[in-house]
Amino acid sequence: MTLDAQVRLTRGTLELDLPLRAADGEVLAVLGPNGAGKTTALHALAGLVRLGAGHVRVDGETWAGDGVHLDPSLRRVGMLSADHLLFPHLTARGNVAFGPRSRGASRAAAAARADAELEALGVLDLARRRPAQLSHGQAQRVALGRALATDPRLLLLDEPLSALDPGLRPQVRATLAARLREFRGSAVLVTHDPLDALTLADHLVFVETGRIVQEGSPTDVVARPRNPYVAQVVGLNLYPGTADDGTTVSTPLGAVVTGGHDHRGPSWVAFAPSAVALYPDAPHGSTRNAWAARVASVELVGQSARVRLVTGGAGPAVLAEVTAGSVATLRLQPGQELWAGVKATEVSAYPR
Amino acid sequence: MTVADVSPASEGGAAARARGAGRRRAAGRVRLSRAVLVVPAVLAVALVVLPLLGLLAGTEWRGLPGRLADPSVRPAVRLSVVTTLVTVAVCWAFGTPLAWLLSRAEGRTATWLRAVLTVPVVLPPVVGGVALLLAYGRRGLVGQPLVDAFGLRIPFTPFAVVLAQVFVSLPFYVLAVEGAMRGIDRRLLEVSATLGARPLRVLTRVALPLAAAGIASGTALAWARALGEFGATITFAGNFAGETQTTSLLVYVALQDDPQTAVALSLVMLVVAVAVLGLLRGRWLR
Repeated sequence: MTLDAQVRLTRGTLELDLPLRAADGEVLAVLGPNGAGKTTALHALAGLVRLGAGHVRVDGETWAGDGVHLDPSLRRVGMLSADHLLFPHLTARGNVAFGPRSRGASRAAAAARADAELEALGVLDLARRRPAQLSHGQAQRVALGRALATDPRLLLLDEPLSALDPGLRPQVRATLAARLREFRGSAVLVTHDPLDALTLADHLVFVETGRIVQEGSPTDVVARPRNPYVAQVVGLNLYPGTADDGTTVSTPLGAVVTGGHDHRGPSWVAFAPSAVALYPDAPHGSTRNAWAARVASVELVGQSARVRLVTGGAGPAVLAEVTAGSVATLRLQPGQELWAGVKATEVSAYPR
Repeated sequence: MTVADVSPASEGGAAARARGAGRRRAAGRVRLSRAVLVVPAVLAVALVVLPLLGLLAGTEWRGLPGRLADPSVRPAVRLSVVTTLVTVAVCWAFGTPLAWLLSRAEGRTATWLRAVLTVPVVLPPVVGGVALLLAYGRRGLVGQPLVDAFGLRIPFTPFAVVLAQVFVSLPFYVLAVEGAMRGIDRRLLEVSATLGARPLRVLTRVALPLAAAGIASGTALAWARALGEFGATITFAGNFAGETQTTSLLVYVALQDDPQTAVALSLVMLVVAVAVLGLLRGRWLR
């Protein structure tokens, strides 16, 4: 375990208390809504913010806690933010060489290291340019090179792709993924983009108001969210309930028939928006779950549409994803009354 | 409303005429209101420009080189050049770290320090001279121990000239540079720390280059203030030709018995001041 941290601190009304752990070569993603304390936690790891309590240990060395507060310059961290934060008065090469120079490398060695990093990121031809002459994507690559050029033990990525044009993001994400695979230290990635987390991270931590609400591997979290925020991020309908027998769970939606489950008692029920079908009248046949609902909003994305539904007056919301064709057939409009149905086999239930 | 109205073709001529007159009256009021602003602005320009024109008009250009060759001029100019350069060096060496620390500091101590530093800016220079005398004078707070220990007397020496200049110009420098440093994106400084830069390197490699414009204008301000320093210098350092008589003091003295030398020197100082301003303007001043 190379990163072993318990970040405890108070900032205004936010009380942060996060255990953050990552092994060598592992990427830990921290997800959460704005104001959840993600960036503050990252700054605490870097030493830019003091811990109230807890500790930060890397490779067994105490960086913070037990009366220790190591200056950021003495911690072996690399940081990359949404804004590239390159030094405007230095060239791309000068920016990347800044770290090695600060850590005692000779001018020539630092320049050679900078060129190697720029080369690896495919931006060596821009070495002599200043940040103002770089595009956003290029600048972000240079900034990544700068963060890696000091051979950090801990790499801190704070929304590294969020300020980029959506069109640029896949490219830079691919570059980042490639460099992260080679990176031998631990990395912590703060993001609110689930795609970043699912494609770059080995372990996910969801944070709300300073606490972890769920953690696990990407596949586990995607399949079994245990928190409304997590469900929203991974795009599933999620309801708490109680498993009465092997096939039904009582939820705010009513009794939901599942594909079969072993547990009893407190339970989560989850199904994908694409499993929800819409009918003008009450369905019958193989659809075991059906609710009267009212359309709240319709949003078309390419060939499919995301339809927000409110069940039973002001009951729980259901998100449905249907084809553009059904939108046209049903002439879906906000306020419209219809029926939503989900097959039992599409519903999964797991202990709460 | 009336000005913006568009009259439909169907309306009668009388109504249109009445509307035209109203529109003219409204336009007249706009002109009057504009004049109320322009006249004082022009007067303000005149108050500043007229004395400068007077200086140019009153100069006997033919005799100018001869006047500047006057034996009293050279030592005074040399003293001014040397002392103001030393003052600038002191500002850089001591003022820059102070400005840096102040720009990073939060809390009551920093607020108080800033207030104390502002005092020389608002203090009448003569009062500054008296204060310097009471601090470094023979019976002064610092002066007496110095005399007792080393027999060192500061007042009425070139060193006193520098002390007087530093007293009035250092605050200008520190406040200007602190403002510039405060404007640096804090995150750039944080990033440089995570890259392993110690505080001194953060200052020299990141903060100083990014605050270069503020440092340049702060230096110009401090230097100009030192060059023009009069009240504190004459009170604390005296007016001994070749010893503590700076160009500013010489201009004042010469005005009594050799006005054209005073005018010639004034012109030179005007030219130098404008030249410094011009040099800075292209690169660093807006």
